[in-house]
Amino acid sequence: MQFPIISVIVFTPIITGLLIFLLPGERKTEIRVTALAAAAFALALSIWMYFSYDTAAGGYQFVEKYNWLPQLGISYYVGVDGMNTPLVLLTGVVMFTGVLISWGIDDRPREFFGFLFILATGVFGVFVALDMFMLFFFYEIAVFPMYLLIAIWGWKVTREYAAMKLTLYLFIGSVISLVGGLAMFFASGMGTFDMIALEGAGFSLAFQKFWFPFVFLGFAVLGGIWPFHNWSPDGHVAAPTAVSMFHAGVLMKLGAFAALRVGIMLLPEGAKFWMPWIILLTIVNVVYGAFIAMVQTDFKYVIGFSSVSHMGLVAMGFATLNREGMIGAGVQMFSHGVMTALFFAVVGMIYDRAHTREIPELGGFAKKMPIVAIAFVVGGLVSMGMPGFSGFVAEFPIFMGVWKYRPWIAVVSGISIVITASYIIRIITNVFFGKMPEHFEKGDDHHEPIDDVIALDKVALVLLAGILIAVGIFPSLMVPMVETGVENILRLLGGA
Amino acid sequence: MGSITSTMILAILPEILLLVLAGLVLLLDAIWSDAEDRRRGLGWLTAGGSLLVLLLSLMFASPGGSNELIWGGMLRHDWIGFVFKMVFIFGAAITALFAMDVEGLGKRGEFYLLLLISTIGMNLMATSADLIMLYLAIETTSIPMYILAGFFKQDDKSTEAGFKYLLFGAMTSAIMLYGFSLLYGFTGVTGLYDLALAIQTGALNSGVLILSLLLVLVGFSFKISAVPFHFWVPDVYEGAPTPVAGFLSTASKAAGFAVLVRVLMGTFPALSGQWSLLIAVIATITMTLGNAIALAQKNIKRLLAYSSIAHAGYILVGVVTFSELGVTSVVFYLIAYLLTNLAAFGVVVAAWRTLGSDEMEAYDGLSRRSPALALAMLVALLSLAGMPPFGGFIAKVLVFAAAVDAGYVWLAFVGVLNSIVGLYYYLIVLKRVYLYRSEQEDVPVPVTRPYRLALVVLSVGIVLLGAFFAPWFTWTSGAAGGLF
Repeated sequence: MQFPIISVIVFTPIITGLLIFLLPGERKTEIRVTALAAAAFALALSIWMYFSYDTAAGGYQFVEKYNWLPQLGISYYVGVDGMNTPLVLLTGVVMFTGVLISWGIDDRPREFFGFLFILATGVFGVFVALDMFMLFFFYEIAVFPMYLLIAIWGWKVTREYAAMKLTLYLFIGSVISLVGGLAMFFASGMGTFDMIALEGAGFSLAFQKFWFPFVFLGFAVLGGIWPFHNWSPDGHVAAPTAVSMFHAGVLMKLGAFAALRVGIMLLPEGAKFWMPWIILLTIVNVVYGAFIAMVQTDFKYVIGFSSVSHMGLVAMGFATLNREGMIGAGVQMFSHGVMTALFFAVVGMIYDRAHTREIPELGGFAKKMPIVAIAFVVGGLVSMGMPGFSGFVAEFPIFMGVWKYRPWIAVVSGISIVITASYIIRIITNVFFGKMPEHFEKGDDHHEPIDDVIALDKVALVLLAGILIAVGIFPSLMVPMVETGVENILRLLGGA
Repeated sequence: MGSITSTMILAILPEILLLVLAGLVLLLDAIWSDAEDRRRGLGWLTAGGSLLVLLLSLMFASPGGSNELIWGGMLRHDWIGFVFKMVFIFGAAITALFAMDVEGLGKRGEFYLLLLISTIGMNLMATSADLIMLYLAIETTSIPMYILAGFFKQDDKSTEAGFKYLLFGAMTSAIMLYGFSLLYGFTGVTGLYDLALAIQTGALNSGVLILSLLLVLVGFSFKISAVPFHFWVPDVYEGAPTPVAGFLSTASKAAGFAVLVRVLMGTFPALSGQWSLLIAVIATITMTLGNAIALAQKNIKRLLAYSSIAHAGYILVGVVTFSELGVTSVVFYLIAYLLTNLAAFGVVVAAWRTLGSDEMEAYDGLSRRSPALALAMLVALLSLAGMPPFGGFIAKVLVFAAAVDAGYVWLAFVGVLNSIVGLYYYLIVLKRVYLYRSEQEDVPVPVTRPYRLALVVLSVGIVLLGAFFAPWFTWTSGAAGGLF
């Protein structure tokens, strides 16, 4: 029997989380070291898995299958293909850097890391699930700890409201999809939740048309699709740094991925029928999200709305249902995940020192924390889709795909690139350059003078920025892999 | 009536053993009448004894593959009854542990005695196959419960709870009895399965039939706290000693469901078209009303009371379907719900000993005062909300799956949307526990051994049900199969 690498990746976080709960709460250093070790282990395994995925062979690899509830055809069934291998890697990266950046959490770190790791297991579980029941099971495990993480360790002003709003939105979405999933289970008459088997269920057109919107939109809520995106900026802003990273970086991909895996892949005819409407929604996402980001004065809200805009591109790429769009969306999930994790890390580092996120009140931070500034510029260039960075590798194919579908949509959505450039440049100018206010420079009664970030933070930022550049310069690291995943989806769509 | 066989004795082994245990409790209570501290040991005796009964019953009293009427048709020896019995006995054991360190409860022998007698009644409820036996069983369950609810004689709220429960119980019981008498009067038989035959052959005209069904349902609705016979629930739960409220909300409710399922599916299968829709409507109203009112509660026991009404609604969804999967989901749900709700009440009892209050404000900052208790609360409430990897999630999925399977997609949607409302108010409690600060943060909340033991067992059980559900599902689907 081969080494069950996927299971080890999935269960490392939750087992560590439970071990952490057994440690005494005062032993904070031990707790942090344990968390970091586990995160490093999971990251190492996901890197190893990424590079040992056989792109030439394609298909699902590292498959494991065990009966869970045979009477209802529920199994623990996992495997990765070209679409989700990058996402597993992404989760590993964000988990590792998230732990590094949360080193300074002093209020009940035991509970913090415990809940964070339960969440991580949920995320890994969804990405690798090949059984629909298992997907729902892990999906909800991933959604819930968010509530406590935001409500307890979040930004005091909005945390209770934002945490509740987020949880309810996501939970409503997931249970609506769940009913759809159950309907598929019974309608197939196959008595199994095995998604690969269900791909061949041949649901009737009427059934697909009826259920597709429920299933797709239920999950897409977590992907931040307009008009159900409202929870997301509030949630991002209220969350503590590592949770924002997880949230925008990984969790939103969970929604997009599940919408693809269950919605588009199991109900392809429904997808074809509804896609024009979905594309319209995503145009609003992309353009409106960018505009709202532009007018925000709170640094973190800018990034929050930029996530809405960029996740719109992911959904738009899927919605084109053609090769270019899907490949772009696949890469964009990874690229945006890393980029936005980097952004939120930077925001967190600045807020921890300046105690404000209002852009007009900040300035000159590049002098005090050069690495942070450089990392942010890298992220910014990715965000604008500059060639040589991963954002270009992702967004260019999306626009190509959209152009193939309807050129005017590509033109309208292209506006977002210009707007993105404007708000990114505004942040770079006003936060990192310019003159630093006196009380930050020297310190006053309320403030310590601003100092540079700690070494662990730098490691995290360099890792994130390095990945963005690596994928940008060597697209062959990722694109061929995603392409094998897309082939499979196109096959289900009947070669559209 | 034929001679008594060993099967007949073994079938009622759990009840016989419980009766022996009750006698032992009574005896020791008399012997230790002067030694108050020793009488606390009666709790260990009741809990340990019940678990022993559970074990022995599992070894010797399980019905195997047969479903036979025994004791002259009074009882039916089948899996569904057996599974329910095991659930009740387990609930009684946990309740005994919860009661041990409650002032005015834990050192009173009669408490444990009444608890055991009531459990015997529930066991008989789950297996009775005859109207007369059924009525006797219901009363055997209820009368000790009336006393237990009003156990704190000095406390106005407790006596009010006992009295209210008695009045409501007596009233609905009388209505139900009227239904029974109609059924007997028109058919001349009292056996539940004989009645089914008589109904099929058309011995009753449909008007009388529907009327008697409705009258009978009144009594059952009271037991399971379905709308509109739920009014007693919040007041009784609030006033009754908390361990008793926990027992009422779980085992007693499960017993009601055992009877409901057997009567609807055993006696009235011919009318399933009519009662399905009726139950669907009751389920919708019950869960919606329960959840809506729970939103406004400030007292944790009242919150749990309304939540328990809502849960009765979810469980009824499984009843509506009239299918094997439906009954499986009902039994699974009841097991998960028993563990979960007992855990929730257990936390409330344990916390009350230090907090001295059931108001939700008192729970502020609990996670800093007792992380373990807070975690138990988290597990219990999330399982109630239907989150994986806890038992409540699987239970809800099964119930809604049964509804979708039977073509009640709208009911499944009503159910899932209701579970969102539920999630909201459970989160409000968790927010207090984990987020809010309190002035008494430095005062720890000690948890004595019986609570630690019971809560660990329950929490582990909740996770086992939720993550390794195959054996439980096999068990419950076997139970459901025994009914059809």
